[in-house]
Amino acid sequence: MYIVVVGGGEVGYYLARVLLSDGHEVLVLEKDRRRTEFAAEELGEVIVRGDGCEARTLEEVGTGRADMLIAVTGDDEDNLVACQVAKHKFNVPRTIARIKNPRHRLLFEKLGIDATVSSTELILAHIERELPSHCLIPLLKLRGGELAMIEVKILPGSRTVGRRLGDFRLPEKSLISLIIGKDKDPQIPSPDTILEEGDQIVALTRSGDEDALRVALTGLG
Amino acid sequence: MNVIIMGCGRVGARLAGILDAEGHKVTILDTDSYSFRRIPPNFAGEALIGSGTDEDALKKAGIEEADIFIAVTQGDNRNVMATQMAKHIFNVPRGICRIYDPIREEMYRELGLETISPTRVGAQLLRGVIGG
Repeated sequence: MYIVVVGGGEVGYYLARVLLSDGHEVLVLEKDRRRTEFAAEELGEVIVRGDGCEARTLEEVGTGRADMLIAVTGDDEDNLVACQVAKHKFNVPRTIARIKNPRHRLLFEKLGIDATVSSTELILAHIERELPSHCLIPLLKLRGGELAMIEVKILPGSRTVGRRLGDFRLPEKSLISLIIGKDKDPQIPSPDTILEEGDQIVALTRSGDEDALRVALTGLG
Repeated sequence: MNVIIMGCGRVGARLAGILDAEGHKVTILDTDSYSFRRIPPNFAGEALIGSGTDEDALKKAGIEEADIFIAVTQGDNRNVMATQMAKHIFNVPRGICRIYDPIREEMYRELGLETISPTRVGAQLLRGVIGG
């Protein structure tokens, strides 16, 4: 695939390396001269100085034949515009934008950006995972964000310890896919599975129902 | 009319003064309070510190009751994003947006924003002044 990356900072630089090692044709656009020169020492001709929001620059690097454009600058507005220009001027089939402010996700979706990645949310999710008192961890968004895969931890003292999984009232379309018990082999649960303290439950639910599922499984409101 | 202006530069401040004098309800937003010095002294509208790409700041500025949103900061992309937020998230009936880059201006006009490119307009005006 031919992939245009807008933004040659830390994220763009490492993204380009990953994409190149996967065998893709990659071109990185970076506005800043010094950053371009720095990254060029490692990436060579793959990085070009230019503004990825400008139609002329995008045309020069052949965006018309790109399969994908990924905008990873540190500014949400620049990432939005780069993706919109790619879509509307060059008909790029797939555009992905990094967003800093998680609340911008809805706008990007409404404007037809195919996928957004929120660095802020990712960092928070990873920190939350390390907090012992936190029992809901978002793992993955699937089917364009419609479904969420989450992990729920059963903390000591939870009211649901000892109860049969089949007796829980879960949000509609929720699916318990895996239970990883403390010091036990992971198992695919059945309705007769009994919840135990320390269980890590991997479940799939509709986006927006994550917290309702956590409440159902932990009994904590 | 309820008008929200994003960006209190020379153009934003002057436009705010004109609309206010005409009796419209004007709120002007800028991230830097120092820029409010440009507002005319008899301005009866509101000046708020905040970014036009921040939903909370927009709500505080009364975006939900606004009839027109006008983005005139120095950043084309900031203006474009804020105006699209006003239109697509808050359903403001009219969104007017300054975009220096004529190519981007044309594209966003096709996408439903009311756009003005000072680059294009300025060049045309100057051509007219030259005459001949």
